[in-house]
Order: sequence, then structure tokens, then C-alpha cells
Amino acid sequence: MTEIERHAVDVVVIGAGGAGLRAAIEARARGMRTAVVCKSLFGKAHTVMAEGGIAAAMGNVNPHDNWQVHFRDTMRGGKFLNNWRMAELHAREAPDRVWELETYGALFDRTKDGRISQRNFGGHEYPRLAHVGDRTGLELIRSLQQQVVSLQQADFREFGDYEAGLRVFAECTVTDLLMDGGRVAGAFGYWRESGRFVVFEAPAVVLATGGIGKSFKVTSNSWEYTGDGHALALRAGARLINMEFVQFHPTGMVWPPSVKGILVTESVRGDGGVLRDAEGRRFMFDYVPEVFKDKYADNEAEADRWYTDPDHNRRPPELLPRDEVARAINAEVKAGRGSPHGGVFLDVSSRLPAAEIIRRLPSMHHQFRELADVDITREAMEVGPTCHYVMGGVEVDPDTAGSRVPGLFAAGEVAGGMHGSNRLGGNSLSDLLVFGRRAGVGAAAYVASLGQHKPAVAARDVDEAQRRALAPFGGSPADGPPENPYTLHVELQQVMNDLVGIIRRSDEMELAVKKLDELKRRARNVAVEGHRQYNPGWHLALDLANMLAVSECVARAALERTESRGGHTRDDFPQMDPEWRRALLGCELVADPAGEVRVSRHEQPLLRPDLLALFDLAELRKYFLDDELTGHPAWRA
Amino acid sequence: MGYEAHFRVWRGDAGAGELRDFRVEVNEGEVVLDVIHRLQATQCPDLAVRWNCKAGKCGSCSAEINGRPRLLCMTRMSVFAEDETVTVTPMRSFPVVRDLVTDVSFNYEKAREIPSFHPPTGTAPGEYRMRQVDVERSQEFRKCIECFLCQNTCHVIRDHDDNKRAFSGPRYLMRVAELEMHPLDSHGETGGDRRELAQAEHGLGFCNITKCCTEVCPEHIRITDNALIPLKERVVDRHYDPLFGLFRRRKD
Amino acid sequence: MTAPTQGPGRARIDARTLRTDRWWLPPLLTFLGLTTFVIYGVIRAFMNKWYWVGEYQYLAPFYSPCLSEVCVPGSAHWGRWFPDLGFLVTPPLFVLPFVLGFRLTCYYYRKAYYRSFWLSPPACAVAEPHRRYTGERRFPLILQNAHRYFFYTAIPVAAVLTYDVVIAFHGADGGFGVGLGTLVLLANVILIWAYTLSCHSCRHIVGGRLAHFSRHPVRYWMWTRISWLNARHMPLAWLSLFSVGFADLYVTLVASGALADPRLFN
Repeated sequence: MTEIERHAVDVVVIGAGGAGLRAAIEARARGMRTAVVCKSLFGKAHTVMAEGGIAAAMGNVNPHDNWQVHFRDTMRGGKFLNNWRMAELHAREAPDRVWELETYGALFDRTKDGRISQRNFGGHEYPRLAHVGDRTGLELIRSLQQQVVSLQQADFREFGDYEAGLRVFAECTVTDLLMDGGRVAGAFGYWRESGRFVVFEAPAVVLATGGIGKSFKVTSNSWEYTGDGHALALRAGARLINMEFVQFHPTGMVWPPSVKGILVTESVRGDGGVLRDAEGRRFMFDYVPEVFKDKYADNEAEADRWYTDPDHNRRPPELLPRDEVARAINAEVKAGRGSPHGGVFLDVSSRLPAAEIIRRLPSMHHQFRELADVDITREAMEVGPTCHYVMGGVEVDPDTAGSRVPGLFAAGEVAGGMHGSNRLGGNSLSDLLVFGRRAGVGAAAYVASLGQHKPAVAARDVDEAQRRALAPFGGSPADGPPENPYTLHVELQQVMNDLVGIIRRSDEMELAVKKLDELKRRARNVAVEGHRQYNPGWHLALDLANMLAVSECVARAALERTESRGGHTRDDFPQMDPEWRRALLGCELVADPAGEVRVSRHEQPLLRPDLLALFDLAELRKYFLDDELTGHPAWRA
Repeated sequence: MGYEAHFRVWRGDAGAGELRDFRVEVNEGEVVLDVIHRLQATQCPDLAVRWNCKAGKCGSCSAEINGRPRLLCMTRMSVFAEDETVTVTPMRSFPVVRDLVTDVSFNYEKAREIPSFHPPTGTAPGEYRMRQVDVERSQEFRKCIECFLCQNTCHVIRDHDDNKRAFSGPRYLMRVAELEMHPLDSHGETGGDRRELAQAEHGLGFCNITKCCTEVCPEHIRITDNALIPLKERVVDRHYDPLFGLFRRRKD
Repeated sequence: MTAPTQGPGRARIDARTLRTDRWWLPPLLTFLGLTTFVIYGVIRAFMNKWYWVGEYQYLAPFYSPCLSEVCVPGSAHWGRWFPDLGFLVTPPLFVLPFVLGFRLTCYYYRKAYYRSFWLSPPACAVAEPHRRYTGERRFPLILQNAHRYFFYTAIPVAAVLTYDVVIAFHGADGGFGVGLGTLVLLANVILIWAYTLSCHSCRHIVGGRLAHFSRHPVRYWMWTRISWLNARHMPLAWLSLFSVGFADLYVTLVASGALADPRLFN
């Protein structure tokens, strides 16, 4: 066997989206030799798909906004299941992270007085989202990408080598983490282009691999979203939490079939777009839940006034958190009031002048014109729920982003806890920046603390990783026919969509667990043709194992949680249950890598009293048990 | 609704390759990338194609369809007649890796040679003030999804590989224009001159404004009119217009 | 030598282009259009007669301004700067170089003739036939950078043509009058101005070169107007080319007596 390419660095960041790049920039700035490994080309990460904006309480548009309000909105959106420390750090640090982007060259849309403009979004009390039209994610990725280049230019001036301190390994997939006595020692992967293997020797690994949406049939996520980081963490011994919470974005395209699931940004509603059923009725007024009654309008007149006078009117119900809107659309379609292609109508054409629509929503205008022959300035869009985001992920320490495995860090969508049971729009991009940076700081501090006691990569582990990666080329399996990875993938997506989708039932999820077991068994017989050079069949075969492991976590955790909350809605347990609020479901892998997922229940840490005091006691009692509220200042009174 | 289409797809690598014929099912509303995926799933599982978002936002699936540089995910099958042969090849200006995937590292090398944004000195983060009208020009260029179709189409390098060394291509000349028009870039105050770089390092003079970059841009950025020509005019300010130079301040 | 669209490691595809549309049509039309104009221009420049209609004060655009001793009586509104230099040096030769230079270095016309005459490239993603390409970096093409100076000279020329229109509101009896020729000249001068002002150099000088539009609201406003025109530079280039040829031809026909100018008023 030929010698394997090796790179010794201090920190390996897996993923080059917002969180990965921000982590890499921070690690490099703290003197760490850093490698960024990503499955796609540099600058193509899924972050570019984010449209609406970055939530940060800068108060540029409404001066009443501050981090406490943002914190409250985030906790409410997540139905108080959020890790409160993460939500606090996030709300406090987001403005600095946005301003920092400007020093990298980002150009946000501006207010009249030249500050960063902010827009309304679902669940946010004030206009809070820094944005660039409806392509904010692209701006974020490009700014970080250009900052990486800027650091590389500095290295070039100093060392004559662009890649002396920070190198990007594009189109390179990590398939295994290499361990040394329970600590991270490095990572093993392959170049997609050549199929050759590569070993990174590094004491710290930051997972920033994003989500798991490709396990679902109707999804706004790209092929990269196969849950690699989730699965790597599981196999390395970390725990995943909140995996039952999967966000279905209320507005994805539904027609034509080939674009089903592609995202329609929430900004359409933030800028005045309304949802209507087949008869043209604004149905969202029927779906304002009890806990939100005092924040959302119950009639059209008040809702429409809110756009110009937000201080004296309640918000339109189209701007409820995503889980509420998605469920409402689902219910309308089920009741037979849907649009011709099984969605509902999202109309902005009757709400804004055409020129204004094109200015504020250029890529939506472009997307519908090019892909669906719909001119959104003249007619309504058809939309329906699409799998968008997983709230669950690696359990991490909020301050350092470190998992319970020494040397393993996680940030962004792959980390769990921050968003509780449901993420607010716009909180994702700020999450990437805040915790991406913290992961960089955490990893750098960890590496510095090691001194000379660095873990080492064992040759045996490399051989094993190699064997695993090459297994799909093994020819005819012993215990059954060879399986086509594309077929298995389609079946997996169907199972998850139908049985662990937006509305769940225990019998369906039990069936899903059984089917997943079966798929897992068949996946061991997966076989691919051709050679290792840029072979998508092989790539999918390797990603499939990750998708299956993560899907199992979702299904098993969902089965366990017998209530409805945020991104987890059960037909058989439609109510929110305060007992469940303080419970976190953790997923771990038992025994060997092919082993089963075990779900265990853990206690949620108590909210710090000063943060508790930010809410009305009356509101908290809708979510909390009495004994959790004794720290509230109003409790004794 | 559905029909069977005739596809010719280039398969091969840097050594050799050829156009292969396929008959493949096409359904209503599909784009070329859907059909390529169907080929992968049913006829040639190892057909290499680079893609990502499938919504025209990431710029990964650049290729040439019937000889025209396009994104596979934004080319609808309905633009072709049912009996029309659809020919799909990789981008022809870059080295091919395999099938429809090309090695686009040329672009990343050029990106690294452009001095990045210089933040203004003496302005703290959070204190940046810029008017909407001042950022709009550069914002247009930042819509770029880096699909590299303009780079691929530009005849300066498409037809003359040896020009790659001295010419950075429309995407990166536009990046220079973006920074040159950025209201807070302070590269000039540190002694640099982006106009000079555009001319001397990035080969602006190679451009003969035949506008193919603009023609193929999937984001409809007016690269030639709004970036390249204004950049050429700024070079004229500096090099060829002594009259104008007399009464000019640097940043106004 | 590398074959067109070939290079180290590239996909080996021999076809010059795989385009299936009629990509050769636009460059062919451009070629025919420009060639027609050049032939007409040459004939007309050396014709040296039938450019002045004294009765209605029509001056053919090709002969405006007429600055030579040989200009027919009444047609030299701006003085006779040049002596009679023989039949080969006709009045247009003193002005045409500037007007042609403006069009020749125009960013749109450059695209048009690079594509249609020099085939560099004939159409997008169609290989060009040349072995080497150096662009506009050396003599003579580096002179394209002088476009701005030609723009400066195009302004007085357009002003002169405007004057010509004003005096063309002239009746047979010496008072005010309007004929079809007046309207033709008027339409022409509007298109000439639109083309001239929509020039990329003009757009740059007016406001494009500013780093902060917000500090120069008037220039910014002008820039937005010019930008609007500039987006239509190509159609304006063709329309004004056609109109100047047509106006010239019209005056020629009237001056030669081949056509009677229909009078709308006096």
C-alpha cells in the first residue's frame, strides 16, 4: 500500500461554512496551525443558502432592542428548552460578531443614517436581522472566505507561503476521527478528486459540518447535509442532545417536483407577505397559540398597521415562530384548503409595489421566475413545509464549545442546545459566528494546555479507517445481494419523511426504527462500481452510514419524548408538558461503531435567577413547574 | 408529461474522453441537473458531477450545455425541444478532473493575489457608517456566486491558455473593482493603488470588452458595464489623462 | 501552438464550439451594418457636393461643421479655417476623424467590431481563429484608452449639429418654417446627444469616479440618469448611426434635387 499523505497541524476544522471558517480564523489568529477540511469547494458551503439575515440586537432600527430582549425571544422560540447559557452568550456577543464582519469587508444594507439596516423576522420582537437583500448567507461566507485569504496573504508576506498558518483542504471528506486513549488525535479522510487518503495529526478537531437534512425527502438542504459531524462525534464517544427536534421551514417551494423543498425566505413574510388558503383567507389568525396571544394580532387591520407602527400594534401571525407556521400550513393542506400542488399561497404581489419586491427580494424573484415560471410581483407563490434545520447536535460546553471528548469541539448546526426545541430565523447565522469563534478560542486554549503531552495517531487506527472506507469496493457481500447506495438513500429519505416527519405518531416511529434497522443491515452490503477518482456513488455509500446513524437518533429520541414542543409534534401527545421541559434526551453509541444508538434522559440545568427575572412570572408558569421558579424575584410576592 | 430525451454527455479524464449517448427519462419541470442525477442513479453511478445547493446559489454545477456555459441546476429542460439532443460537457477552459468536473484551482490562486479589504484606521468595529447609495455598486459585485462561468467563457484564457499567468479574468477584475469602489477601503492610504494593480498585475488591458462574461453570468451582474469598464476608466484617470489628474483628489 | 479552446489537461473536445444556435448571425449582421455605413461614408466624404440646402438651411451632418474655403456659400457657419487643399481633401476630412474616433474607441463599437470583424471572439464560447492574443495592451489598441478625449470633442460636434437643427427651422420666405428635413435633423440630433451622453466615459466623469456618491448628491443624480442611458448604449449606438446616415442621405437627396422636401409649415 502506498504511503498516505499526512499533515501535522494544531487544529483541524471540519466544515467550511460560517462556523468552520470563523473557528479557523480565530484559531489561526491565536497562533495555531490550522487546517480547514470541507467536502465542497471553498466558498460553496451551505451557509450561502441562508437568505434572511443575521440576528443581532444592535438596535439600529428600533433603539429599544438589546441583548436581553433577544435572549427572551430566543428562549420563547425554543420553548424554554434552550441551553440558557448558550442563548445568553449568543444574544450578548452577536452584535460584535456582525460588526467584525464589516472589518472583513462585508457590505450590509444600510439605514438612512448609515448604520447596518435590520429587518423583521418571525419570533423577533424588534427589527433585528442584519441583511443584504435576501442573500445574507452568501455575504457572510464571502466575507469570511476573504478574511481567510487576508490571513493567508499575511502569512505569505511573513513566510513566503500562503498556507503556512491556515490551509483549506477543499473537496476532502473526513470519514473518521482518530483517537488516542479517549482523546482526539487526528482525522482520516479522502480527497474526493483522486480518492486518495489523507491523515491529519491534530490534538484538536472542531466539527462544523452543519445538519442532517439529506436524510429527508423534502428538504431545503444540499447533498452535504448528511450528518457527518453528528456521526463522527457519536463514534468518538460524544453525546448528541435534542435530536428529536427537526425544524420544518414553513415555506419551501412545492412545484415543480424537481425543486420541491427549495427554500422561500422568511423575509417574504417579514416584508409584508401573507399566507392564504385556496379561498384567499389569511388563515394564520386561526393558529395563534395561547402562549403567544398577547404578542400577535387577531385581526387583519391590526396586523397590517404593525408594519408602520410596531409600538402600538401586535404582530401579524404570519410572523409566528417557524414551528407554528409549519404546523398551520400542514393542517390547512390536510383539511383540503390547500393550493393545487399541495401547499398554500404566499402572496407578496398584492402587498408591495413590484419594484420594491425586486429590490428587497431579488433572489426570490429570480428563483421563482427561473425555476417555476412564476412572477412573484404579479402572482402568489405556492409553498409548503420543508425540512430545514436540526436543533439537535453535539452536547458542548457553552463557553468553550468543547464536547465531553477531550479535543473535540463543535459549533454551528452540528452543536446542540442553543436553539432548544425550535430555532428562530436569523439566529442561525449569528450562532455560527458566536460559537464558531468560541470553538476557535476553545480549541486553541486546549492545544496550548497540552504542552508536550500530545496524543498520537496509531497506525492500527489508520489501517482500520482505510478498511472501512474501501469496504464498498469489496465486491459481492456474503449475506445478501449487493445494494445500490442511491436506492438505499431514496428509501431512507422516504422513511424519514413519512414516518418521522413534521407530525409524528408512536406506531409510525416504531415502524421507522424497524425500517432503519433493516436499512442499516442492507447498507453493510452496499457496493459501488468504478474506481476511487471522483466517484459519487462511493461518496454516497460512505455518507449513507452517517445518515443512518443520525436518522436512528432522530427516530429513537422522537419516540421517547411523549409531548409536542417546537420541532417535535406528536399526534398522540399534542400538548406541551412542563415535566418534559427540564428533560434532555441524549443519544450515544453503544459498543462498536456498527452498534446501536441508546437514548438516555438527563436533567436540564436550572436557569440562572437573573435571567429568569427577565420574564414575567405569569409567562414562565406556562412552561415551567413551580419548583423551578422559586428563584424568580416575584415568586415570594 | 414525461418523455425520453437524447443526451450526449462527455465522459473521460485528462488523458482521454468522448461524448457518450444516453436515452433518459425527463419529467415536467426538471432541470438538466435532475437528468444528470437520473443518469447517475440508473445508468452510470460513477458519473462525476459537481453540485451543491441545486438552487442557483452556490455556483458549483457549472458546465456547458449545447456549447453554452451554464449552471446545470438553472437550465430547465423545457427550453429544449423533446427531439433535441442535449450535449453536456465540462467547462472547457479548465483542466478536467473527471467527466463534468473540472479543476478550478486557477481561480483560487488568482483570488489570493488580490490584496484584501483594508479596514479604515481609526474607526472601531460598530462605528462604520456607509450610505446605501455608496455601497450599492460593490454590493452588485458581491452577488457573485463564484461559478466561474465568466472565467470559463472569457476568450482571453479560453482560447489562449498561456494568458492565464498574466490575466486574472473577469471575476477577479470585478473583485478589484468591488474593493476600489468600497467606500471604506483604505488600501490607497497605505500607499497601494488598486487601479495600478488591475492594470499591471491582473491584466485589465487584455480585456477587449466583448461582454461574454456578462452574457453568461447567472446572477445577471453587469460585469462589463459596471465593473470592467469603470475600472478601465479609472486606469485612464491614472495613466492616460494628465489633464484630469490636475484637479483630482484621491477619494471623494 | 495550442489549438483553440485547448490547453494542458483540458477535456479533449475537438469541436470549435458545440453551440447549436445561430451564433454566427449577430456578428454577421453587425458586419453587414458597419460595412454598409463605411462604404456610404467614404462615398459621401469624397462626393463634396449636395450638402447644403440654402432655401431651408439644411446642412448634411457629414459636412457639419464645414470649415474649409471650398464650402459652398452659406454652409460655413463657423468660419473657413482651412484653405483649398485640392479635390482629395474634402471638408468632412477635418471633422470626421474626431467623430469616427469617438465611435471607433467607443466601448460598445469595440465589442461589435472585435466580434464581427476580428472574430475575437465571434461569439461567446466559440473559438477565435488567432494564435496569439494580447488585448488592448500594446500599440495600436492601447490608443483605445483615448476614448475620453474623443468624448470631449464629440460634445462640440453635437452642439454644432444642434445649431444646425435650430437654423433648419427656416421657411422658404426666410421666416420660421418646418419641413420633413427639419424633423429628420431634429430626430438625428436627439439620438446623437443620447448616444454621446450615454457613453461610458461620460458616465465615469459625471459621477462614476466618485467613491462616495452621498457626498455629491447632484453628481450622483446625474450619474443615475446617465447610467439609465448607458444601459441603452448599444441600441443608441445603432440608432444614432442609422439616423446620421439617413439624415445625411436625406439632405443629399434634397440638395441634389432628386427629392422635394415636404413642408409642414412654410
